[in-house]
Amino acid sequence: MNRWALAFGKFCYEFVVGDTPELAIGVAIVIVGGWALTRAIGSPSFWFIPVAVATLLAASLWRGVSGRQS
Amino acid sequence: MTGTVLIALAVFGACAVEMVEALTIVLASGLTRGWRSALEGAGVAVLCLVVVVAAFGPALIHYVPIAVLRTVVGSLLLVLGLQWLRKAILRASGHKAKHDEDVIYRREVERLSGVPRSGSGRDSIGFAISFKGVLLEGMEVVMIVLTLGLSSGHLAVAVVAAVAAVVVVTAVGVAVSRQLREVPENAMKLAVGTMLVSFGSFWGGEGVGIHWPGSDLSLLGLLAVYAALGWVAVRILERPRDTSPAADAG
Repeated sequence: MNRWALAFGKFCYEFVVGDTPELAIGVAIVIVGGWALTRAIGSPSFWFIPVAVATLLAASLWRGVSGRQS
Repeated sequence: MTGTVLIALAVFGACAVEMVEALTIVLASGLTRGWRSALEGAGVAVLCLVVVVAAFGPALIHYVPIAVLRTVVGSLLLVLGLQWLRKAILRASGHKAKHDEDVIYRREVERLSGVPRSGSGRDSIGFAISFKGVLLEGMEVVMIVLTLGLSSGHLAVAVVAAVAAVVVVTAVGVAVSRQLREVPENAMKLAVGTMLVSFGSFWGGEGVGIHWPGSDLSLLGLLAVYAALGWVAVRILERPRDTSPAADAG
């Protein structure tokens, strides 16, 4: 049972985090940031998520291209 | 309506991409270890995936509040979509080797041919390789079917699109047999990645209380923004192609 749980945990980690931990962490920050901004200013915050996601993708691509990880 | 069509397209595309990868493994297993064990392995894996959808789908709808579901699902879709989009952009711009199904197929055949068969009945290695290949590739599809289907309230549409993709890819795969490299997998991955990121942004945003201008129609705006972003990224990062037949299994 423990072996199955460990294997499942490892699978989930690989699935969500894998070799791009910056994306998993970045998405968590985007969602929390979106929530905080919506609380603060309401509906006008809709632009935040696309802008933050675009920035996150650019940063991850930069990381991939700069050779630290492929 | 816009959302439903996009969901069907996204699920169909994602399922088709993963099916091509699974089919490569099943074909290699079938031709080297025998079709009976390969097809049985694939069949049992599909059955397991159906059970996962049937078990988790209705349970999640009934017991998890929609705002929580959309936040979690949106986050998952964003992570998955960004992973696909990133990989597809790096491949399209020449920074990462393309996923070459022919090379993977040859490698699998070579590997499986060297292992002696276990008696005259079901070949356990052929069964296991086929089962594992379909189950692992299929889990990503299940995740996409569940997340897209549950958030939109169109689980049936998502399931039908996934089944249609399985049927189409299997039919094409059997017809072209070993020419799976002809499938424009990276372009499909780029398109599906863009869709997943759009849905992820939309539902993740709705989950945390954002009201999108134009409601469902804003999905089209998000799609346009992310598609343009992908196109610009490929153009900026593009470099001369490396013609070596390297391939990775990502």
